[in-house]
Amino acid sequence: MTAVRCVDLCKTYRQGDQDIKALDHVSVEIEEGGFVCLSAPSGGGKTTLLNAIGGLDIPDSGEVWVAEQRIDQMSKGELADLRLANIGFVFQAYNLIPVLTAQENVEFVMQVQGVPATQRREQSLAILEEVGLQGLEDRRPAEMSGGQQQRVAVARAIVSRPALVLADEPTANLDSKTADELMALFTELNRHHNTTFILATHDQRVMRYAKRLIRMLDGRIVDDIEQDAA
Amino acid sequence: MNIVLRLAWRNLWRQPRRTWLTTGAMVFSNVLLVFMISIQFGMYGLMIDNTLQIFTGHMQVQAKGFKDDQKMRQTVPDVIPLASRLREEFQTETIAARGMAFGLASSEKRSFGIGIYGVEPQFEPRVSSIPGLISDGRYLLDDDAAEIVIGSVLARNLRTSKGNELTLLGSGKDGSFAAAVVTIIGIFESGVPDIDRNIAHIPLRLFQDVFYMDGSGHQVVVMTSSLGDAERLHPDISAALPVDEDLVVHDWDALQPGLKQAIQADMSSAFFMYGILVILVAFSVLNTQLMSVLERTHEFGIVMSLGLKPGRLGRLVMLETAMMGAMGMILGAVLGAIFTYWFTVNGLSIPGMEEMAAMFNLPARIYPQVTVLSTITGPSVVFLFTLLAAVYPALRLHRLHPVEAMRVN
Repeated sequence: MTAVRCVDLCKTYRQGDQDIKALDHVSVEIEEGGFVCLSAPSGGGKTTLLNAIGGLDIPDSGEVWVAEQRIDQMSKGELADLRLANIGFVFQAYNLIPVLTAQENVEFVMQVQGVPATQRREQSLAILEEVGLQGLEDRRPAEMSGGQQQRVAVARAIVSRPALVLADEPTANLDSKTADELMALFTELNRHHNTTFILATHDQRVMRYAKRLIRMLDGRIVDDIEQDAA
Repeated sequence: MNIVLRLAWRNLWRQPRRTWLTTGAMVFSNVLLVFMISIQFGMYGLMIDNTLQIFTGHMQVQAKGFKDDQKMRQTVPDVIPLASRLREEFQTETIAARGMAFGLASSEKRSFGIGIYGVEPQFEPRVSSIPGLISDGRYLLDDDAAEIVIGSVLARNLRTSKGNELTLLGSGKDGSFAAAVVTIIGIFESGVPDIDRNIAHIPLRLFQDVFYMDGSGHQVVVMTSSLGDAERLHPDISAALPVDEDLVVHDWDALQPGLKQAIQADMSSAFFMYGILVILVAFSVLNTQLMSVLERTHEFGIVMSLGLKPGRLGRLVMLETAMMGAMGMILGAVLGAIFTYWFTVNGLSIPGMEEMAAMFNLPARIYPQVTVLSTITGPSVVFLFTLLAAVYPALRLHRLHPVEAMRVN
């Protein structure tokens, strides 16, 4: 079954007097349970593609299908519901809520989903242990290192077991040991829960874990290869 | 505590100084509102009580039409037995019969037109404060003695004093000439020049004889313990009146329309000022919440990307405002009530206001009336406007796009 399908996506940004083609007739199909890395130099279009797949940004033309639903024509509310129910995001800049503790940040999405308090607590503690943050549950983002914050962000993204996880440079601020642990966790989730992962990165370590590597340049897909994951 | 509530509460304290300043503005305005409204309620209560106690009473039974056109022949028949029956039926002493006529009062030296009231000496002190305001002599005792009590200004105008005689001239109920010679046995001083100049009391039976009333009178005055009691008693008194007579019961506000209008006018001007105060506070909240929303644009982008709808974000902003407003409301109401209560016990005197106070029949020292209504009205309105002020910042969130919002630092 197809988890994500993009058909002839175009997206142009205006920067000063120049039009920048962030997506230039991009078509791609990703199967459920896929583990895909989008690789591109800065400005290559990987984040724009990731945002289009997550319904965070609307393409100028083309179609985006997620979980067999066309999302590029959805309203803001429908997109929010789709993200809440199906998609987990990991951002490069952690993007945690500064006034909430690690555990509260992880619980936040579940609270919005309407998960009962006891279940929320159990799941959040379990996932924080899984990402190696046991004992740091009550710390706020400002009291944690970059790596710890990124792991909270990852825990938040995967705690409610979304079908699709979109990660933008998830290891950018992690040391190699933590990055490997994180990728191992992603791989395990991918294998055992059939979670689809799409990672935008230019980190070679991350690319080794991917089953499929899509290279982009100037908003176009220039290479799309299957590979043996690490 | 629910995470959304925790989030809202902690968001408030990201900028504690700003939150305290805004809350402080609310508390200050709420204390001011509680104090001012309590003073107003206290003043209105005093104005009403003082005015009604002096003369009008809370209700009056009259002949239909007498209120608007006070003709001698528009009478309440058998007024003394009627008052007696009502006292018995309602188990109260604060009901008294009266007759009233306009006449000429003449001393040896001067004459003046006055209102002559026939009163029941035994019961008039229960419905009017005039018997208690005698500054010289005594009040009426006998039911039909040829005695009169007059106001101090009238005594001065007539150049007479206690113990002297006055001649009363007027028209009887049947239009005939009415005259009597009465002895001044007391002089009262109410502090209200109009009353002290224009009113005289004589015994009701003497009044009925002099003015050929044939047992009738013009008013049965009813005094109750409060305005609320008067309102409750009104239909019962109406029902107790003889059905074959054309009698009506008038409330104090119908009898003293000027008093009600004065209160309404004062309330209108006061509420206009309160409105300005509330709007200023609302703008302060609007400014705070707008800044708070603008500086969190990036964060709102994050939570939207996690699946939070703009509506829920808007509700979060409203919740934050409601928390801040509730703090302002509770602190303001409590501090306002404590502050005002001190003046309720000790009174408040504004130098130079004595003359104005006297004009409205008020004492020089005002005692604010702290009630539940005076304590919660102002703070509740401030709270409501605070919430209204947050609507615009909350609505702005609907225009937010997650990606654009996350680009904002």
